[in-house]
Amino acid sequence: MATQILSAIITIIVGVGGAVAYFWGANRLLDIIFPSRGVAGTAAIDNLRRQGLIRPWLFVGPALIILSVYLIYPVVQTLWLSFHGRNGEEFVGFANYSWAFGDREFRNSIFNNLLWLAVVPAACTFLGLVVAVLTDKIWWGTIAKSLIFLPLAISFVGASVIWKFIYEYKGDGQTQIGLLNAIVQFFGGSPQVWISLPFWNNFFLMAILIWIQTGFAMVILSAALRGIPEETIEAAVIDGANPFQIFWKIMIPQIWGTIAVVWTTITILVLKVFDIVLTMTNGQWNSQVLANLMFDWMFRGGGDFGRGATIAIIIMIAVLPIMVWNIRQANRESGGH
Amino acid sequence: MANATGKSFLGRFGVHIAVLIFVTIWTIPTLGILVSSLRDKDQIIASGWWNSFSSSSQTEAGRLPPASAQIEKDGKFVIEGNIFEDGPVRNISAFGLKSAAPTEFDAGSVADLGDGVTLQLNADGTFVMASPVALEGNRGQRVYFESSAPPRFTIENYETVLFSEGIGRSFINSLTVTVPATVIPIMIAAFAAYALAWMRFPGRALIIAVIIGLLVVPLQMALIPLLQLYNGVGLFFGVPSKTYLGIWLAHTGFGLPFAIYLLRSYMAGLPRELMESARIDGASDFEIFVKIVLPLSFPVLASFAIFQFLWVWNDLLVAIVFLGSGSDQLVLTGKLNALLGSRGGDWEILTTSAFITIIVPLIVFFSLQRYFVRGLLAGSVKGG
Repeated sequence: MATQILSAIITIIVGVGGAVAYFWGANRLLDIIFPSRGVAGTAAIDNLRRQGLIRPWLFVGPALIILSVYLIYPVVQTLWLSFHGRNGEEFVGFANYSWAFGDREFRNSIFNNLLWLAVVPAACTFLGLVVAVLTDKIWWGTIAKSLIFLPLAISFVGASVIWKFIYEYKGDGQTQIGLLNAIVQFFGGSPQVWISLPFWNNFFLMAILIWIQTGFAMVILSAALRGIPEETIEAAVIDGANPFQIFWKIMIPQIWGTIAVVWTTITILVLKVFDIVLTMTNGQWNSQVLANLMFDWMFRGGGDFGRGATIAIIIMIAVLPIMVWNIRQANRESGGH
Repeated sequence: MANATGKSFLGRFGVHIAVLIFVTIWTIPTLGILVSSLRDKDQIIASGWWNSFSSSSQTEAGRLPPASAQIEKDGKFVIEGNIFEDGPVRNISAFGLKSAAPTEFDAGSVADLGDGVTLQLNADGTFVMASPVALEGNRGQRVYFESSAPPRFTIENYETVLFSEGIGRSFINSLTVTVPATVIPIMIAAFAAYALAWMRFPGRALIIAVIIGLLVVPLQMALIPLLQLYNGVGLFFGVPSKTYLGIWLAHTGFGLPFAIYLLRSYMAGLPRELMESARIDGASDFEIFVKIVLPLSFPVLASFAIFQFLWVWNDLLVAIVFLGSGSDQLVLTGKLNALLGSRGGDWEILTTSAFITIIVPLIVFFSLQRYFVRGLLAGSVKGG
């Protein structure tokens, strides 16, 4: 254990020291090879130009190498693997894809993912917006926001334990120590094993993600609401608009862009949801989702990399429209100056 | 806009109530495990945590001593003693002789067992069993009783979990993963972000577009090829394929697009005059970056560091793919997941472990919330 901590500390020193040494050293080297000071006029200008060509690449180089190895190469390789068998050796064409769409578990995952996509982003955005609007009006709003924001710091696994405790089931007649069953029993209902009720269990798992992500939506939307020019609302008040009209016709249209950002961010998160399903049900009782199914195939029976890669590609395809939209949006902004 | 809606007293009252309901729903789940982790482990299953401040009552079963313990007294054969023997004393409210009717008799009353045999069980656990003829059998009479214990709070669960369940070790492992994986990307991203914000070179726009694209690439896309790569490297050099170095670099790679994106947008917003006047004074790009841009970028560097710290600390997927499951490499999230499988119903273990897992992020979050929110606002295109 001591050696482990020591090696971590050494890594930090070596890593940071190495980075400093690289950036400083490479920069210095460039100045020495192509000196711009102390040489004759034209040579100095030539060298300055050469420096200008090379230096940016010294700065972005390490990042580009890491990005290539850890993200760009894997994306290409995953696509390649999805057309190959379990060991990535024999070419199988679209066999993995046709397997996927015929597989009961896969179709169940797609169905559940669609269900998650339909419920979670909408619920988080809506609840986040409601809380943002309400907390702006009261003196203890900041404290309230902090508390609602807090689950965002909790890991999905931690949150799963927290909610599993709420959903805990004890046999009929025993003392219920799970909050939900205790409430149900208090109102005369009979306790249920919530996470094993097919179809409905999806919603009990979604509740966890909504609990975590509402704070995120709230913070972003709250900032957007603050950015609305006061005059637009004052003008509406003078024109005799009621609070609901002000909210729907004046405020919402002005934060439409932010709502889209919150919605897409949570959408991407939902597509990748893994930890919650793994820890709560591991896909049992028809609660499987794509990310957990993929993890399953990565290791099931020694691992089927072809099928695993295929499922990853399908998640990727779902993210693609958002990716394209983001890039176009960014290009439009940078085109401005 | 604060006074646009809800002007009436009733409206304002309603707002307070609504927010209070939200806050309650959002806080209670976490409160539940915090309270439970501090309770006595027998009480956790005996009553809901929301009742933890009142005495918890439970139905227990006990056995009286066998016939050999009887003494003859006033012409009767009597067994006396205390049902709790050396266990903690509880308060008995009722007892019974059949599991179907465990509370048939009030504590202190005399129960008739037939054939003139009587049993009296008192609230403090003392009992007297009397019989006109000698009792027989080497198994004592079975007794059921309802007991209540005063609320008991303890830190025993924390001691158990930290030192004998392996959570303490996993805590160290999590720190080992998180700190380097937070520190390493910062410098690499900062240089790249500066170049992309303030240096002119061909391909710059393309690199920016690629980085924005990579922001949303699902982690799942990278897992299999990197696993193969690590296995290949491990085999080729004869080293283990699951190492801390491997996961530090993996987290660095996965964190870089967001780091570069966040830092670049911040640096691009710094005043142009600052850079230009420094350049006229003869400063090189390296000097401008180190002496001007880096110090000014402190808030955004802090934002990224918090993000990366929370993301790595809370990560489960990358840890279970790129690290082993031995006690020397299992991080907190992985350990908690393993405990859910092996200690499914032991809530004193699970709630305590969960609380230890979330305490570090909560401290980071509360002490540095300002930077965290700033980062969220600046970088909310990232998928998390």
